[in-house]
Amino acid sequence: MDKVISIEGVSFAYDHRPVLSDINLTVEPKDYMAVVGPNGGGKTTLLRLILGSLKAERGKVRVFGLPPAKARHMVGYVPQHGVFDPDFPVSALEVVLMGRLERRAFFPRYKREDYAAAQEAMGLLGVDNLGEYRYGDLSGGQKQRVLIARALVAKPKLLILDEPTASVDSRVEQDVYELLSRLNEEITILIVSHDLGFVSAYVNKVACLNQWLAVHKTEEITSEVLAGLYRSSVEMIQHRCAL
Amino acid sequence: MGEFFQALQQFSFMQNAVAAGILASLASGIIGTYVVVKRITFISGGIAHAVLGGMGVAYYLGADPLHGAIAAAVFSALLMGFVNLRAKQHEDTIMGALWAVGMAVGIIFMSLTPGYNVDLMSFLFGNILMVTDPVLRILLILDAAILLIVAVFYRQFMAVVFDEEQARLRGLPVDFLYMLLLCLIALTVVILMKIVGLILVIALLTLPAAIAGLYTSKLSRMMVAASLLSLGFTLAGLIASYHFNLPAGAVIVVLTGLGYLIALAAKRVHTHLLRRQSQSSVGVEQ
Repeated sequence: MDKVISIEGVSFAYDHRPVLSDINLTVEPKDYMAVVGPNGGGKTTLLRLILGSLKAERGKVRVFGLPPAKARHMVGYVPQHGVFDPDFPVSALEVVLMGRLERRAFFPRYKREDYAAAQEAMGLLGVDNLGEYRYGDLSGGQKQRVLIARALVAKPKLLILDEPTASVDSRVEQDVYELLSRLNEEITILIVSHDLGFVSAYVNKVACLNQWLAVHKTEEITSEVLAGLYRSSVEMIQHRCAL
Repeated sequence: MGEFFQALQQFSFMQNAVAAGILASLASGIIGTYVVVKRITFISGGIAHAVLGGMGVAYYLGADPLHGAIAAAVFSALLMGFVNLRAKQHEDTIMGALWAVGMAVGIIFMSLTPGYNVDLMSFLFGNILMVTDPVLRILLILDAAILLIVAVFYRQFMAVVFDEEQARLRGLPVDFLYMLLLCLIALTVVILMKIVGLILVIALLTLPAAIAGLYTSKLSRMMVAASLLSLGFTLAGLIASYHFNLPAGAVIVVLTGLGYLIALAAKRVHTHLLRRQSQSSVGVEQ
């Protein structure tokens, strides 16, 4: 089967300030991978390259063998839940339905199958009773689940999450990762995170990114690897390897 | 009050004024909602002021200033949109420049035009009592165009305004939709200009929507509420201005501003009471 993501020799710079240097990364089907690294290490840039909202200056990015912009319909993306204006007048259900939007979606009404898909995804995430609430009024964990439901509602083959557990408490964090583990039985998952935290207990590969990138199987992660990444000593958390 | 309604029955210019008020309220409620939730008041202000440039040129060439206004509004909307998409870093500086240069061009061309320039004041401050039948027809066409486009692209606009990245991921033509939205703002600015003038457009475009936003949790309801509020302020302003013999546009804007302040205060009190209530009972948060 085709590689889900293949990145070869990719470099990227903002105004001559290099952010990514000669990145090589392969994500296989059913991988559950975490990209970790310090803030400013290029995680968001890498993510944008994979989503096709940035173009690599050098090197090649392929998603399901296609240029990223052409593979978007197979990708579900979960942004950080805090980036949205809390006053925005939109209900949780409407947010989830946005995951079903298409180029030809004219006039205000969604189709019946769109509602059915939204209900199903929200049920899976345990937020089906929150549909009528304003998105901005939900708690951090609820917002996170609504956004995951939105990403799942179009049945993606690859799910990408940007800091899925930023500003949620550790119980919610664990819930989210366990949920993703279940989803991982069918789809490939890529998580971007600034700290290894709980994530290492669930994923099967960790890519360490700080301008340069190195991929490790989860059990290979040692405090030396992390110290090299963050250029300072990091306390090692114990691994419970999912592999 | 009675006098006003007598005048309304008697004079066609009063009927035109009310009709223009209704059309303007509809456009400002719907489009103002987008301006408020997307937080692009500054861009809208830039478009409004750049319109004067187009009117000045049209005036100089002997064309209908309203046509010039429409052309200039759409042109400046596209220009602002282009700047927004291409020059993120210096965006506000460039907007500010367009804002001022547009007005300056307008003033220069108007002063080059022989004859007297009484109309300059009515461009800047509007005159709802001078809406003629042909102007009313143009406003009607603009309103219909705005309503139709918003109905067709309602879901796509909402996605672009809420989360561009996701909209792009779903394959929506995000840049096109953003430009289209700016063009709708431009057309709305032209309509509102007839009522309150260029300088005051921003108030009528954003304040009713901002009030509606305090109390609604759905975009469509916010649009309806903003349109109704806008209509209320416009009619009340018209009646008050007739009664006290004051300029209508300014009275409408002052009333709208007052309404906004009252709504803000009421919201404060409301949240305060809610918080006290939830302290004494069990919280709703899971």
